Amino acid sequence: MEKKKISIQTVKYIAHLARIELSEEELKLISQQLEKIIDYIDQLKELEIKDVHPTSHILPLENVFRQDLVSYSAITEKVLSSAPQKKDNFFVVPKVIE
Amino acid sequence: MELNRLTAKELIKLLAEAKVKIEDIVLALKERIDKIDHKINAYVRKEKDFEFFPKPQGLLKGLPVSVKDNITTDGLNTECCSKILEGFIPPYDATVIKKIKEKGGSIFPFKTNMDEFAFGSSCENSYFGPSHNPWNLEYVTGGSSGGSAAAVAADEAIFALGTDTGGSIRQPASFCGVVGLKPTYGRVSRFGLIAFASSLDVIGPITKDVYDCALLLNIISGYDPSDSTSVNLEVEDFTKDLDKDIKGLKIGLPKEYFVEGLDKEVKTSIDEAVEVLKKLGVEFKEVSLPHTKYAVAVYYIIATAEASSNLARFDGVQYGFRENASNLIEMYKKTRQKGFGQEAKRRILLGTFVLAEGYYEAYYLRAQKVRTLIKKDFDEVFKECDCLLTPTSPTPAFKIGEKIKDPLKMYLSDIFTLSANLAGIPAISIPCGFTKKGLPVGLQLLGKPFSESLILRVAYNYEQNTVWHKMKPKL
Repeated sequence: MEKKKISIQTVKYIAHLARIELSEEELKLISQQLEKIIDYIDQLKELEIKDVHPTSHILPLENVFRQDLVSYSAITEKVLSSAPQKKDNFFVVPKVIE
Repeated sequence: MELNRLTAKELIKLLAEAKVKIEDIVLALKERIDKIDHKINAYVRKEKDFEFFPKPQGLLKGLPVSVKDNITTDGLNTECCSKILEGFIPPYDATVIKKIKEKGGSIFPFKTNMDEFAFGSSCENSYFGPSHNPWNLEYVTGGSSGGSAAAVAADEAIFALGTDTGGSIRQPASFCGVVGLKPTYGRVSRFGLIAFASSLDVIGPITKDVYDCALLLNIISGYDPSDSTSVNLEVEDFTKDLDKDIKGLKIGLPKEYFVEGLDKEVKTSIDEAVEVLKKLGVEFKEVSLPHTKYAVAVYYIIATAEASSNLARFDGVQYGFRENASNLIEMYKKTRQKGFGQEAKRRILLGTFVLAEGYYEAYYLRAQKVRTLIKKDFDEVFKECDCLLTPTSPTPAFKIGEKIKDPLKMYLSDIFTLSANLAGIPAISIPCGFTKKGLPVGLQLLGKPFSESLILRVAYNYEQNTVWHKMKPKL
């Protein structure tokens, strides 16, 4: 059998990097689908691109700066209104340090 | 008179002459939605109270714009049709929303349906279920802005906003028989657009005809310091030159878009459209965009890479849904497992893969280089013609369920629209016929950067000499 382009182990690893838990079923299905997609995108390898400049986006923009000014923003309450869990003016998350 | 069937231009005139009241327009839309949207599902969260009293003011006289669920609206649910943003109410308006309000427009209180986070070409990946094509309910609306396109086509909206990362305005516009424009990257502020792929995303109009498209583009365009990729250009009046003739214009027909896989009926409609434009004095010329066949591969590397980074912020801490767990990492992982749909997970994983150590150069960097070649193809052909004409999609709308299990097949349905995003150029889709089964066909005009006026003018001249935009689905 031809060597796989993306192993189950690699999918597990990138799922960890992406902070997504996958069930065994999802892992199997997504691995198969990614294999097919990666096989397709591999056609880019037929192009000679050594001297081509990469395009990260199409505008001729370099760094865009603005004045570093303090401005007033009173939206704390509105921001926190969508939080799954909050206390006073803070988001609450599970304990990070034991 | 059914007010919901009229265009924005017609309604603004009636409002200005005090022949109708804005309340009557709102009522007509609401009645239409109550009557048919359980079949179409163009809008989400319809169970919410409908309290909507726009004021008849400014240029737009209170006319409501229907807005896709990924554009932030102050105080109004904006959930990207994803479980992970369930219940999210943004604390601010996107710049485009502010601009609409400044011109006297209002924001329709129901948002339009979409593929989750704009990941899709059929509107089937929505947490709220698929939208159905108004021309045949068994068929997809296209996507990802399927709700906006269907709402406009079914007269459940006067006009609408969509977003386009790889064809998400133009493809649903073509499947639903309406007009959709993807502006030049940088023309319209992305501030408040919940990001999918930041170097490709744009907001644009979906409308009943070309005039309304130009009108809405006038309102949403312009420099915005809150978006660092917004371009500081004076906003022109895109309606001004619409009715100028198009004699002597040179339009290119890229041969890579007229190949095997192009549906015969779509081809016939496009050929007929070319004949109409020839009679109006347009000269056609075959041109070549040799790297077209790589666009899908380049797109699905760059778009997913950017998406994997942009969607890192959805982790159960700040907005919407959270799955509780004993520690933070587990909470992230479980929240993202349950909060994202299959396509979102697939794209985040693919994007993470192409950026990962050991793969970055082989995939991401390579794709960015081929993106340069695709852009150069356009630079070259625009030296010899004013704009390009192609089909918007190789096929008319497909059946719901037909492609959803095969992601690669779904991705390939975007083959004619992706390149415009990779090159950053403007493109419009307008109706140009119907198949024997009664499904709409769209043609696409692609222009040089910032040449929206020209492609709108060609589109308007075509529209004035055809009847397609006046056809209405029987519902």
